Order: sequence, then structure tokens, then C-alpha cells
Amino acid sequence: MTPLIEVENLTVQFKTDEGLITTVENVSFTLMKGEVLGLVGESGSGKSVTAKALMNLNAGNTVYSPESKITLHTDNGPVDVLSLKTPKELNVVRGGAISMIFQEPMASFAPAISIGKQMVEQLLLHSDMNKAEAKALSIEMLDRVGIKDAAKRFDQYAFELSGGMRQRAMIAMALSTKPSLLIADEPTTALDVTIQAQVIDLMKDLVAEFGMAILFITHDLGVIAQTADRVSVMYLGRILESGPVRDVIGKPAHAYTRGLINALPKLDDLDAPLTPIQGDIPSPLERPSGCVFHTRNPELKPGSRYEREVPPLTEVSPGHFAALFPEDVL
Amino acid sequence: MSEPLIKVDNLSIHFPLGRRLFGEPPILKAVDQVNLEIEKGAFYGLVGESGSGKTTLGRAILRAAPISGGSVHYNDGEVSYNVEELNKTELRDYRSRAQLIFQDPYAALSPRMTVRDIIAEPLELMKITKSREETDERVREIAAKCRLNLEHLRRFPHAFSGGQRQRISIARALVCGPKFVVADEAVAALDVSIQADILNLLKSLQRDLDLTILFISHDLSVVAHVCDYVSVMYHGKIMEQAPTRALFANPGHDYTRSLLSAIPSLDPDRPLKAKVYAPEG
Repeated sequence: MTPLIEVENLTVQFKTDEGLITTVENVSFTLMKGEVLGLVGESGSGKSVTAKALMNLNAGNTVYSPESKITLHTDNGPVDVLSLKTPKELNVVRGGAISMIFQEPMASFAPAISIGKQMVEQLLLHSDMNKAEAKALSIEMLDRVGIKDAAKRFDQYAFELSGGMRQRAMIAMALSTKPSLLIADEPTTALDVTIQAQVIDLMKDLVAEFGMAILFITHDLGVIAQTADRVSVMYLGRILESGPVRDVIGKPAHAYTRGLINALPKLDDLDAPLTPIQGDIPSPLERPSGCVFHTRNPELKPGSRYEREVPPLTEVSPGHFAALFPEDVL
Repeated sequence: MSEPLIKVDNLSIHFPLGRRLFGEPPILKAVDQVNLEIEKGAFYGLVGESGSGKTTLGRAILRAAPISGGSVHYNDGEVSYNVEELNKTELRDYRSRAQLIFQDPYAALSPRMTVRDIIAEPLELMKITKSREETDERVREIAAKCRLNLEHLRRFPHAFSGGQRQRISIARALVCGPKFVVADEAVAALDVSIQADILNLLKSLQRDLDLTILFISHDLSVVAHVCDYVSVMYHGKIMEQAPTRALFANPGHDYTRSLLSAIPSLDPDRPLKAKVYAPEG
């Protein structure tokens, strides 16, 4: 497989009144063509900031460290995403090679412009189609994602669609420009389980059909298990564990991943106690030194190395890495 | 068996949709002829998707939604009320016996009040305590039960994480010593690592304070873990009522089966096969 996008040493800080806040620290990963990579983490873990960095979409107060590098491989050669400045340059990634769908589809569609008009508008921007072609393709895409009466829906507004249908329309719109990477930021979180199941099915079909890569961001490990090939687990801006989804969920190497799994209520074992991860997520202003998780890790003894030194990502099994010192890898 | 704490009989809540110049406007049946009984000391689950009427039903039991038909009866051994017919003084008393925990601890707490004032407000509004000292004592007592310390009480909500905020909002709901609490999606806005903590806290508070809890949620796996009895709601009607274990071991209704089948498994080798519930007509 060929790499589609390479993220190296990504460190993102925000300038705020209280000083520089680090939200993503030294994150590296590679996404292959046609691969689904899950990015799991709780609120404040930096997963959305990472995703937005791929499109250079973070706000004006964002500071990327000089070592941060994001390379997108396109048909016209590699693009250094973080060095893009003008809107014209940025169009290559924003909506061109990369599309993004968001958590709340009602907030992502303009309320006073019909769904169809919004779909056509972005096609005119990102392709050399004329209006009639763009309309035909939009209707075809709506039909493909399972919206009945696509031609009628094309002229409707976001409020006239149900939640699941809105998210489908969002997906249709994101895919109509044929991106090589789709970023899905909590696409099913606001949906009911039955609708979520339909959206997961749809996204799987679309990967098979269009062969694009997906960066799937969610806090829900169950959704990841059902969709992703590989998964990276983030906490306070760092990747603590990453690897093939079966290995990470089946044999988690890092205490944080184990903690997340133990905290989940499981339907097949109703007697299992729910074990919360002790303590609270520290404020971003008080980032722990060493391993960011050491303040909540019940497996560490006081005075351990993890309190002072940042553990490297060490290979646990082929392709499966965890932020542990080599002596702790069994 | 003793009389249930809450008995809902044939309850309907209808909202007219707009107005018509001639004739009756169409009606939305948010809750449609629902019957349920909540035993004293139960952790009762109410499950449904968005729009199923579960929140409206919970609010009607608290007299916070208009009741169109049927009745809600409350009996805790000390008092017995027909909730739909409460007068002003009875309603005030009912408010101190039946309370609500909100979903979003970020929206439910006033940013301009200290945690102490937030928790004390119900006592002061309902004039339950006689003096400031007594109020402070009640606040400290419930705060300790909800694992908040004295130093926390002086701070403002913005200084707290989601889990701590939810503990504050639980303390506020419980400070007036209610017998019955409706927890409406009380963990839906929380991260998994904290969700388990709040669920365990609710469980232990229920035992310590002898509470009866109506736990409203869209999340079947959470309900399966904490509740002992479950009602499944769909489009304003109850589809199935059963003890939790029986319901999850052997769901009787097609809709329950479709809900269960839609939950993504943690095992990638057990792919999602969601059954679609399509009632006739």
C-alpha cells in the first residue's frame, strides 16, 4: 500500500489569554490509500485538532511547532499541507483531496440554502463541471447514499430532513468531489443507534466502492471496532497506543486503553463491574510531565520513570505500538 | 407487594401542532396511553430513541409537562398525591420529594454562582432550612456524599471537569432529600472513563439515601448495567416492560430486538447486523 498522508511530529499549541496551551504533542501517523484509521479519545484529547490540522483548518491563534510536518501525496506530487497559505493553495486540501463530515449535520448545512444548491456550489468550486453536470452528479450521489426521491430532496432544506438523512446528505456532499481522504469527526455521535448502524454500513460500502481512505474520529470503541482497520488511542494530545484494531482492542498494551475498555458497559456480561478510570482529566493548563496519563494510572508505583520521562512508542507486537518504556513490554 | 411509589395510568400528553382557522389542528401524541409502575427503591430504566417521548414522560411525572389524559399517582408512605391535581402548596412539597438530574452539566449550572450557592439554592427557594448554618450543614453533608470537598464549594463551575460538574448537579438535586429522582440522560454528555464513575455514584447514593430512580437513557448497555427494571419506548408508546435481565436475555418485542442488534460490538469479528424495525401502517 502507498501512503496517502504522513503526519510527522505534529505539535499544536493555541495562544490564549492564559498563555500557550498544548493540545497536540508530537503526534505521528501514516494513513495508507483505502485504509480506515480510527482515532479514539475522550474530550480534550486533541483528536479533532489533529484532524483539522490535516486540512490546515485550525483557527488563527494556532501555533504549529517547526518540526511539525504533514505531507499529502496527490497525483501531482507531495503537498506540504502546513505551508499552504492562500485560499487557492488551500483549495487543494480543503474539499479537494480531503473532505470532512462533522458531528452535527444540522449545524453543517446552511439553513436557508437548499441541500442541492450547496452540493452544486462546492462541485463548481472543486471541479470543472458545469451546473447541469454538477446537479446530475449531486442527485446521483444522494441516491447512492440511500436517500429515496433524491431529485425531490435535492430542492429541500436541511430542516426538512431527518437526522439520519441529513448525515447521509452530508456524506453524499463530502464524497461527490471524489476526495482521496474523508475525515469523519464523530459522524454518528448525534444519531440514534439504529441510524448509526445504517451510517456505519453506508461508510463501509463506500470505502469498498470508492477506495478512499477514512480518518474516523470517535470516542466510541464499539464504532471503531466495527469500522476501522487500525486505531490510534489519544489522551491529552498524545498517541498512547496504536495498531491493528483487533490487537489494540483485544490485547490492549497501555493502561489507558485497558481503562477505557473496562469502563465500557458491556451487554454480554451484565455482572461485570463498571470500573472508572480514577481521577479526572487534568486541565490543559496543567499538563502532567512525563507520560501524560501517569496521574491517573493505577498500575504505576510512586516515583516511577513515567512521572519524569516521556515514554517512546515501543512496538509490542508487529505494527502494534504503545507509549511504554521497553522494559515494560512483555 | 406494597403499593408502588409511582403509578402511571393511561397517561397521554398531546401537543397541538400550530393553529387552524377552521377545525382542530393536528395533534402530536408525545406520550400515548402509557402505563407504568415504579416500585419503591427501584432503579427503573426508560429507554428509547430521540423523539420517543421518554423525556416528556419523565417530566410529566414531575409535573413539568402538561398532562392531557390519564393520571400519575405518587405515594411514598408519608404522603399520597395525584400529581395532575396538585395545588400550589402540595406542588411545593412534591418538588422537594421528586427531583430531576439534567443531561448536560455544562448548561445546568449557573456560571456566576459558587458551587455552595448552586447546591443551596433549592433549600433556600423551598424554604426547607431555617438558618444559614442549617443550610450550610445540609450542603456539606450532601456534597461529601457526592464526593465533593469543602474547598470545591467555594469555587465556580468553570473550574470543574464534566464529571465533577455532574456530581455538583446530582448534589443539587438531592440536597432537599427527595425520595424520587428522574435522571434524564445523566451520563450521555460524559466521557466513558467518567460515565462509569457517575453510574457507580448514582448506584451507591440510591442505596445510602433510599432513593427511587427513573433513569432515562438512549444507551441500552448503560441501562443494562444499572437498572433492575426497563421500559422500552417508541413513538410515545411503551413497547416492552420487563426486569432488565429478562429483557436483555430474551427481548420480546421486535423493536427491542432491533435496538439491541444495532449496538456495535467491541469484537471486530462480530460484524454489525442491524435489524430494521418497520411496523406496519
